[in-house]
Amino acid sequence: MSWTKKILRVNLTNGTCESEPLNMEWANQYLGQRGLATKYLVEETDPKVDPLSPDNKLIMATGPLTGTIAPTGGRYSVVTKGALTGAIACSNSGGFFGAEVKNAGWDMIIFEGKSDKPVYLNIRNENAELIDAGDLWGKSVWETEDMIREAQGDNDVRIASIGKTGENQLLLACIVNDKDRAAGRSGVGAVMGSKNLKAVCVRGTLGVQVRDGMEFMQATNAAKKILAENAVTGEGLPTYGTQVLMNVINETGALPTHNAGDVQFEGASKIGGEAMHEIRESDGKANLVSNHACFSCPISCARVSQIDPTHFTVQGKPKYLEPSGGLEYESAWSLGAATGVDDLEALTYCNFICNEQGFDPISFGSTVAAAMELYEKGTITNDDTGGIELKFGSTEALVQIIEATANGEGFGLEVGMGSKRLCEKYGDPDLSMTVKGQEFPAYDPRGIQGMGLAYATSNRGACHLRGYTVASEILGIPEKTDPLVTDGKAGLVKAFQDATAAVDSSGTCVFTTFALTLDDIAPEIAAACEGDWTADSLVEVGERIWNMERQYNLDAGFTGKDDLLPKRLLKDAAKTGPAKGLTNGLDKMLPEYYELRGWDANGVPSDETKSRLSL
Amino acid sequence: MKNRVKLYANLGKYLPDGTAEGPTGNEADLEFDDGVTVGGVLEQLAVPREHCHLVLVNGIFVPPGERDGWALKEDDHLAVWPPVAGG
Repeated sequence: MSWTKKILRVNLTNGTCESEPLNMEWANQYLGQRGLATKYLVEETDPKVDPLSPDNKLIMATGPLTGTIAPTGGRYSVVTKGALTGAIACSNSGGFFGAEVKNAGWDMIIFEGKSDKPVYLNIRNENAELIDAGDLWGKSVWETEDMIREAQGDNDVRIASIGKTGENQLLLACIVNDKDRAAGRSGVGAVMGSKNLKAVCVRGTLGVQVRDGMEFMQATNAAKKILAENAVTGEGLPTYGTQVLMNVINETGALPTHNAGDVQFEGASKIGGEAMHEIRESDGKANLVSNHACFSCPISCARVSQIDPTHFTVQGKPKYLEPSGGLEYESAWSLGAATGVDDLEALTYCNFICNEQGFDPISFGSTVAAAMELYEKGTITNDDTGGIELKFGSTEALVQIIEATANGEGFGLEVGMGSKRLCEKYGDPDLSMTVKGQEFPAYDPRGIQGMGLAYATSNRGACHLRGYTVASEILGIPEKTDPLVTDGKAGLVKAFQDATAAVDSSGTCVFTTFALTLDDIAPEIAAACEGDWTADSLVEVGERIWNMERQYNLDAGFTGKDDLLPKRLLKDAAKTGPAKGLTNGLDKMLPEYYELRGWDANGVPSDETKSRLSL
Repeated sequence: MKNRVKLYANLGKYLPDGTAEGPTGNEADLEFDDGVTVGGVLEQLAVPREHCHLVLVNGIFVPPGERDGWALKEDDHLAVWPPVAGG
């Protein structure tokens, strides 16, 4: 079976690492990764716990397909109570770390308590121990990986770690693995930092067993064939990556610009996927060096970039001249369009910094955009920023503030706590582009109506990856819907949310769903695992997970009143583009959504719904 | 009449020689006969139909079945992408 049926429980307070059996009854109900780890968190912690206290737990969880040859079978999730949001947090990452954990014989690692000094967890197959990390504290993600590899004398280890922002418990902090893949959202890095846990190093050589080898080969080969022959996953994503969306979303008038004051950005074409291919006059090279694949991924959408060596950001800084993880659409949008900065090389530098010191570019860029608006209104002054002139479009200001946040200095520390807290502090909370405390990503809900409902109801705070209706509303996958209308969006959002929750629990990447349906994915899981896995059962699992997360948030103190968008999206109409004159019609979609979910008018799952889903 | 034509991703090569503008050379102002349709423009530029996945006029999606009947007006912006996605 592709579950190892083993959990590694690490008590940081006592310094113990113990193996225990996986609860297979829960595995059959929640599949793995996102769903199964959330079930453990729900059962083992108080939803009202302070996210940064020792009583919160941090779970790194694989899915049943993680570490196998299933296409994109390298995913893992970090599940905890989010430091940024106070809601359930589940941040999903690729790279190679998750597959290594599985190959070491573990389905998940549960961290509890708090170490009295910095430590890192070292896993060699069944052997796990906590090692003093005093020499690593204060080091970046990049330095930490290099130092651990040297200390272990093994270049094949895989490492997930926090940078200085995680140590400083800044609420935008990520956990980064393989130097540029991140469990990025909701402040999971701050939780790791609060536990004095610097890194997890793992080497696994045990392999992963599946239920029926021949059946598994057939199912995974069939899925790979579909992915290879599909024009999006076989050609579009490998060639242009997610960044090809910059011009798409700008043309459709849904690119949040200048802290969502506008929906189109004049400089979009300078920072999009096409621009990354342009040959620079300075050195005759393009920003984009190559694409890159995570473990067992035939899509290979990740970007590897190299900064123009003549650019001001890298003068005297040779470590940033090497090729490294390049801009994705979300980071290019947040660091660029949201702030009005159209300098591709500067944005690439800022993206490198986010990877190096481990913080979320979506939340960071959005928070800088809010700060810029507060600065231009005169609410924030040079006295607050330490002299940084935080004007929209200022490349210099963006670079100064990201360096300050990375290093834990001055106004950078305030930005590192996210836009909700920043805007509240300066008396203008409506300028925070957040839902449940989390900054919304690169799709303006005035131009893509369904995304408004998706943001408002996302269990981890505003997020595109909980119900990516952009696929249907803009890209026509699986079928085209009109982005400017609210009709039918409640059902669309629910369908995307439930299916995504299942895929996020499988160990594979949600990007496969640009080509694969649950009818393609279910046979892979069925061949790998015990249990009755069909498209229908996966939808049921997804719906169960969604409602479990919802109940966790309700128990944590959230209510239906938190299913809300920033006022700007509901009151201020789009000024240009196809959505000109439109606000988001959340009030039209939300009641229907609650009804479809089987929730009452306050957004609480009914007893009947909970019973139907065995919750 | 004049229309702004934007051929994104790898479609920029179908713009007539010497017309490409913009930061990445993916767009151009081109002259067409009055009443030309979206399908007509794509045919004149020899953009293979199978590469015209996402077709927008002033940001509004034009379904495949309507492209041959969708007449452009002066200054309409036509934007075209092959199959792409992101997240």
